[in-house]
Amino acid sequence: MTKADMVDLVYEQIGLSKRESARIVESIFDIIKETLEQGENVKISGFGSFNLQHKKPRRGRNPQTGEEITISARRVLSFKASNVLREQLNP
Amino acid sequence: MNKSELIEELENRSDLNLKVSETIVNLIVDNMKKALFDEDRIELRGFGSFHIEYYKAYTGRNPKTGELIQVSEKRLPFFKVGKDLKERINQNGSK
Repeated sequence: MTKADMVDLVYEQIGLSKRESARIVESIFDIIKETLEQGENVKISGFGSFNLQHKKPRRGRNPQTGEEITISARRVLSFKASNVLREQLNP
Repeated sequence: MNKSELIEELENRSDLNLKVSETIVNLIVDNMKKALFDEDRIELRGFGSFHIEYYKAYTGRNPKTGELIQVSEKRLPFFKVGKDLKERINQNGSK
């Protein structure tokens, strides 16, 4: 499944134009991206949640050269499937 | 942000009313769930991708009581963050 499939779904089932359907699908994922970018988690009930995790800086090594490097503080995104989805996948 | 807030924001940014915004968000979420159920990979450029992974059954323990429990085989969706989103998250990440 890709964005194009989602655009087709909106086009066929809602009756918007192809162009408008594409704009709407794009908007939905833009909103989620912007929210996460601002540091806020996103929870879609019945599906799952996108959670930001803050990683502290740490010492690491370049595995190829063995050189010591500092891995800077970063935010990483994790997804957790909701209990409803977990149960649906494992009946 | 939860799903209702996402729906409201979609209404704000489009010419759709709240009811249609809700119908569209639910349509997309339901079809994403269906895709995962059918083990169809979901690939959203700039956002990320979802796929299903299998876990074997194992004997675990309840961490509180120490009691042994059988955890049965299961499948779970995994999300891999896309390049664009990964970079955008980290631009503000070092504060």
